[in-house]
Amino acid sequence: MTTLAPRAPALSGAPAPSPGLKNRIRRNPAPYLLALAGGAWLLVLFVIPLISGLAVSLMSGNPQDGYTFTWNWAVYGQLFGPGAATNDWLFLGRAIFYGATATVVTILVGFPMAYFIAFRVKPQWKNALLLLVMLSFLVSFVIRTDMWAFLLSDQGPVLTALRGIHLIGKGFHILGTDAAVIGGMAYNDLAFMVLPIYVALERIDPRLVEASADLYGRRSATFFHTVLPLTRSGIFAGILLVFIDSAGDPVSPSLLGGTHTYTIGQAIQDAYLTNQQYNVAAALSTVLMIVLGVILFAYARIAGTDNIEDLV
Amino acid sequence: MSAVMTDAPATGRAPEPMRANRPPKQRKRPFLPIFFWVFLLITLLPIATMVIYSFNDTPTNRITFHWHGFTLYWYQNLTQVQGLPQAFLLSVAIAILSAVISIVLGVPLSMALERYRFFGKSAISATVFADIAAPSIVVGAASLSFFLSTSIPLGFWTVLIVHITFNLAYVVVVIRARLSGTGTQLEQAAGDLGATPWVAFTKVTLPLLVPGMIAAGALALAMSIDDYVITSFVAGPAVTFPLFVYGAAKVGLPPQVLCFGTIIFVIGLLVMLLNGWLTRRGQRMR
Repeated sequence: MTTLAPRAPALSGAPAPSPGLKNRIRRNPAPYLLALAGGAWLLVLFVIPLISGLAVSLMSGNPQDGYTFTWNWAVYGQLFGPGAATNDWLFLGRAIFYGATATVVTILVGFPMAYFIAFRVKPQWKNALLLLVMLSFLVSFVIRTDMWAFLLSDQGPVLTALRGIHLIGKGFHILGTDAAVIGGMAYNDLAFMVLPIYVALERIDPRLVEASADLYGRRSATFFHTVLPLTRSGIFAGILLVFIDSAGDPVSPSLLGGTHTYTIGQAIQDAYLTNQQYNVAAALSTVLMIVLGVILFAYARIAGTDNIEDLV
Repeated sequence: MSAVMTDAPATGRAPEPMRANRPPKQRKRPFLPIFFWVFLLITLLPIATMVIYSFNDTPTNRITFHWHGFTLYWYQNLTQVQGLPQAFLLSVAIAILSAVISIVLGVPLSMALERYRFFGKSAISATVFADIAAPSIVVGAASLSFFLSTSIPLGFWTVLIVHITFNLAYVVVVIRARLSGTGTQLEQAAGDLGATPWVAFTKVTLPLLVPGMIAAGALALAMSIDDYVITSFVAGPAVTFPLFVYGAAKVGLPPQVLCFGTIIFVIGLLVMLLNGWLTRRGQRMR
């Protein structure tokens, strides 16, 4: 470890180490030694791959002859410009729509659940209920999603029962619809919304709620003007986790959806794994990352949020 | 929603003058409990389906809705399906190795981030955050690009590498949370009593971190054994359990998949309970 210490500045990702850095490391090497292995791992195997993803999108070539780096920006025009062979705008827009709707659903369901655990149960039961909310993480989400496909299929118990009481006709399907895909995404990510909102609710000082009541705030006023603003950071963390995960998810659209629910996540997967159009896949994933980044940045600016590091 | 919105936490010490005749104890409002339990049951529905149908005595080797009676046949013939036991063992091996390695890398990194100010600290924090927040599909695609351009052959090692990479971020988050909860007084006391920093670390800090490391390890195991999206890009010829399930889901799952899922679920539940027990015991000892 000691011999590697001078290389520690590399892990910050900053090219030019400040002149005082050597002295700083000499004065107190402990944090640099501690961070060396993990930081180097993240740099080499996370940061560099993300950048190399962008580089691959600028390659040109074909699956037979291989790809070479040629600053081929034209691939973006071929995919998203006029006269594109595939409808990638639609796949991207659909993914954003699914992700956003699933996020709204998780807030509407997750907030009351977090509120119940935070304010309406005895302290000794809180951890148990949180564990119950997280219990579904113990089952592979591919299995869980497929179990929904099993339960909700046309011959499955749910639709059979509903047909039995003549609530729905023969032509009614759940699988293959937008709603099935959105439901699957919301279901898979519900706990990612409940947990950060719960943490934010737990942090609220009860005296603030009392103060609101003392000042003749009605319950609804207390909720909207005191409780809700104080959970903003928790809701933001939940939105971040759920929206990003859902918008890129290829599994729910593939197992619960059909031909009309094809998203950019599936397009990336197919381009890479089925068609081996590496530059196309890399370009699609770069666009997805940039679009998600812009949306979340805009949301953070509009809704306002605390220091993003608080979320980590 | 309105019932939720108007439901403020107990304000027993400050009776509202407008409704003074109401007893100070909050009136029972059934909406929230019903809402909570209904949605909780919905989230548990696929798990219950998985467990129940792993015991269904279907005549074919595919799961069916019709209940043919209880059987342990699929558990007794776990290894019958071509490729499934291998996929399961591969996932378990990747999960354990990636959890251990990410803890070895992540605990020192968390200590540096939580206990020191140093050059590059915020860059590393931001990278850890990005590692968790970045969409799996983008991380998977980028990792594949990286392995292709560096000509690293796809397979066991590339799967292990990407699993360590995402687990490292989860480990750092969990361990940092633990470290920020405990002060540095105990280490300082050890130092005052003549312990070198290394002795203070191994005799004081590390034992205090054991519950956190178990929690982080459990999370890493769960994340690894569950990952489909990132793995699907870098697996090459390797088939992990989620990859097998995804492939089989298109044609109908063999019942043994549900058995393996149930086994993972039960083991995960035991680990969760053990961790809860250890945490509570640790709190009592303090």
